[in-house]
Amino acid sequence: MSQSLSTSVAQKLKEKVRHLWSFPGGIHLSGKKSLSNHQPITTAQTPKQLIIPLSQHIGQPADPIVKVGDKVLKGQVIGYASGSVSAPVHASCSGTVTAIEERLIPHPSGLSALCVVIDTDGYDQWIKCSPLIGDSSDSDDTLYQTISDLSSHQISDQIANAGIVGLGGALYPAAAKLRTAERMQTDTLIINAAECEPYITCDDILIQRRPEEVILGILLMKKVVGAKKCLIGIEDNKPEAYKALLNSLRGYNNTHTEAQIEVIQVPTRYPAGGEKQLIQMLTGREVPTQGLPMNIGIICHNVTTAVAVYHAVYRGEPLISRIVTITGGAVKQPQNMEVPLGTPIRDILNQAGLNKDKVEKIIMGGPMMGFALPSIDTPVTKATNCILVSEKGELATPPPAMPCIRCARCSDVCPMSLLPQQMYWYAKARDLEKVQDYNIFDCIECGCCSYACPSNIPLVQYYRYAKTEIWDDERERNKSNIARDRHEFRKERLEKAKAAKAEAARLRKEKLAKKKALDAEKAKQEKEKSSTPSDETKAVASSSADLIQEAIARSKAKKAQQQSQKKNTDNLTEAQQKKIDEINERRRNRSSSEKTEE
Amino acid sequence: MFLAQSSPYLKPGLSVSKMMLVVTLLMIPGILTATYIFGYGVLVNIFLAIIFALSFEAIILYLRKRPVKVYLNDKSALLTAVIIGVALPPLAPWWLTFIGVFFAIVIAKQLYGGLGYNTFNPAMVAYAILLVSFPAEMTTYWQTSTMLANQFDGQTLSFIETINFQIFGQLPVGMTIDALTSATPLDIVRTSVLNGSATIDEIHAQGKTFGMLGGLGSEWVNLAFLAGGLFMMRKGLISWHIPISLLATLGFLSLLFGSFELDSNPSPLFHLFSGATMLGAFFIATDPVTASTTPKGRIIYGMGIGALIYIIRTWGGYPDAIAFAVLLMNMCAPLLDYYTQPRVYGHKADERDDEDYS
Repeated sequence: MSQSLSTSVAQKLKEKVRHLWSFPGGIHLSGKKSLSNHQPITTAQTPKQLIIPLSQHIGQPADPIVKVGDKVLKGQVIGYASGSVSAPVHASCSGTVTAIEERLIPHPSGLSALCVVIDTDGYDQWIKCSPLIGDSSDSDDTLYQTISDLSSHQISDQIANAGIVGLGGALYPAAAKLRTAERMQTDTLIINAAECEPYITCDDILIQRRPEEVILGILLMKKVVGAKKCLIGIEDNKPEAYKALLNSLRGYNNTHTEAQIEVIQVPTRYPAGGEKQLIQMLTGREVPTQGLPMNIGIICHNVTTAVAVYHAVYRGEPLISRIVTITGGAVKQPQNMEVPLGTPIRDILNQAGLNKDKVEKIIMGGPMMGFALPSIDTPVTKATNCILVSEKGELATPPPAMPCIRCARCSDVCPMSLLPQQMYWYAKARDLEKVQDYNIFDCIECGCCSYACPSNIPLVQYYRYAKTEIWDDERERNKSNIARDRHEFRKERLEKAKAAKAEAARLRKEKLAKKKALDAEKAKQEKEKSSTPSDETKAVASSSADLIQEAIARSKAKKAQQQSQKKNTDNLTEAQQKKIDEINERRRNRSSSEKTEE
Repeated sequence: MFLAQSSPYLKPGLSVSKMMLVVTLLMIPGILTATYIFGYGVLVNIFLAIIFALSFEAIILYLRKRPVKVYLNDKSALLTAVIIGVALPPLAPWWLTFIGVFFAIVIAKQLYGGLGYNTFNPAMVAYAILLVSFPAEMTTYWQTSTMLANQFDGQTLSFIETINFQIFGQLPVGMTIDALTSATPLDIVRTSVLNGSATIDEIHAQGKTFGMLGGLGSEWVNLAFLAGGLFMMRKGLISWHIPISLLATLGFLSLLFGSFELDSNPSPLFHLFSGATMLGAFFIATDPVTASTTPKGRIIYGMGIGALIYIIRTWGGYPDAIAFAVLLMNMCAPLLDYYTQPRVYGHKADERDDEDYS
């Protein structure tokens, strides 16, 4: 009792002493989080059909390893990771594969991608899971008891096999990131629990309800990276989650975790949850431009990713479900729902209840950085953190853009200290070099500038346009470079072939000459015998000399002809001829006058 | 109609139109005070300016084939008109307003491409052109109501008389044109000091020029504009950079030079609370279109205007200097923006070396 009291005092003191840095700009948004952050986490019903995209991560899409008609179990691999930056994909319920085809996926482009379609059987039968750590009560001796028994590789392999990717939205394969961090001897693990976008509460609720899983997941990640300290950044509009984390950290008192894991409240200001902004606030350091946090000894992971890591190691479960916030004015029961990946969004919206006549926009992600769904028949993927169904008037339909009045509100709110207005002018003019001079690639597309613009100019849209144009140009340039290289190579190859041919011909000739000489020798010997000289060789020599002479004469004649013949001077009209004469006259006069002047 | 809209989907109800309207409304305290001090002429000026400005704007928008209603509704012409109306002499004849507004709206704004594209502050272009072209009219009709009342047994110009004079050029019965003309305190001080006809103390002793803080009469107008300006700053409509650096520079320079020659230099307070200082600092120099946009740039911009105001008021050929100071700094704004770019996150302080961050 006294011990816990003293640690809580120590924690309080630490909070007071803890220095927080700040980031420039940012905006204050009304959170709208209370819509969904008090209800318990519900579980989605097993859908009739799962649509599981093979690319739910950055990098190479997974290779499908099932065929149509195959029976699959819950948690079974249906797509293997192909390449170093990739992640496997698993079946999220048991059932039968009915198709492997292009389906519409939840992506701003509205494009389709290869998906495995599974008709579920309703049994939800699991594949045999192989956790790394088990309870002491577990009879299986192959299981380890604590994290310290495990090696870094064991954990990262388990994470890779579980198909875990960055669940904060980056979707970068988590194991690859952790291994890179380990190689680069990263010493600080930052857990992003800021969740700064309005409406979204899936991280908040996850921490509130499962803080132990969060902490264990963090310890596992820390072990992989070999980080010395860990900072959890959480916005101060989530007091329950903050307390839950503090409480469960207290439970790990005896293993000195409290000295190593620190929970830090940061002021609620969008975009505090941006990776770069969070790092800046917690450490006062900046990620170098075009670099990674690892360049300054930091790795940043989302809190949901930590929980997925916990599930992979402690339960052996791959990433086959995630918590999705279903919220907005048109949702009857806003809530957080644990949803099997691949479940059609329509299903979960029906379960949460929709006021069909109220629905205006359906957005995946938050209102600041999310995108309007192309269709609600697209599936929930690893990236789906929130489905926001707004009613009329809830989200803005901006009036037509007015001219920029250069008020600089955009640069005042930019968390990256960019000059959005200048970037806008140049993007609009398609001056792609200038727009890069103004560091467009440092833009994190947080949307603060568009939000602040009194002229309602969709600034971020212009930056996305400029970025894709630049990428496109680069690709074109690369393509033409490759084409040029190929052409050069071909030319070289042809020349080499020609040279080789010529060499072969020369050798043949030499051989022939030698043979001839030999023959001649023989003939000579014979001749000596018969004493009659042959003119054959002489004739050959003289004829070749004649040929050369002829060629020279020909070329000379050609040259002479070219010089004497002017182009375009036949068929001149009288007027043209007159003009030419005039010009010639003038020239003559000028040259003569110049002479006289001299 | 379906509008392809990408994030962000959140928008506060802020708009250019609202901003312009609020700024215009926050000028009301200053306008009312000016009306109290200088008579109904101020209101007549503003009224005429608004009518001319909206008409010119509508005609030009029509000629330029722009949606007239949409762009008229941005209320920028309204704000320009009100500033011109306040800046002109209270008893200015109507054609002065007409010419001024014509240059502001047609030449300085619309011919440059309309709102957002003009390099120079339209209201100040108007003011400068009028001052150069009609110096007499622009500097003499600054009679205060109190002074007028002193001459005519407490009688001042009624609203109708003001309109008659400004629009039809009819003098009220029994009044001469001389009675209606008077120079501004700034003008009096400048001419006296330049001519060497009187020292500051002597002017002070006459009791007709100095008030408690600044120029007699205009100090109250300045205080009212200061109040409106501070409110704008508090509401986040304007940033502090330009007004504060402007006023600080003006105050500092007048303090610096004033302490050398007390006889010929009025106090810093006189500079701060006379003429159009506060109107200029909060409502004119902060015009977003023509000002510098980076934080550092805005500070230099404000300092430049402050310094130029002091220089022109003291050694220049014009009694007040807001217009010229603002126009001169307008020219510098693009350059300031270019050379005062803030350091971008993750970049080194001296970006121009082109070295990689390691």
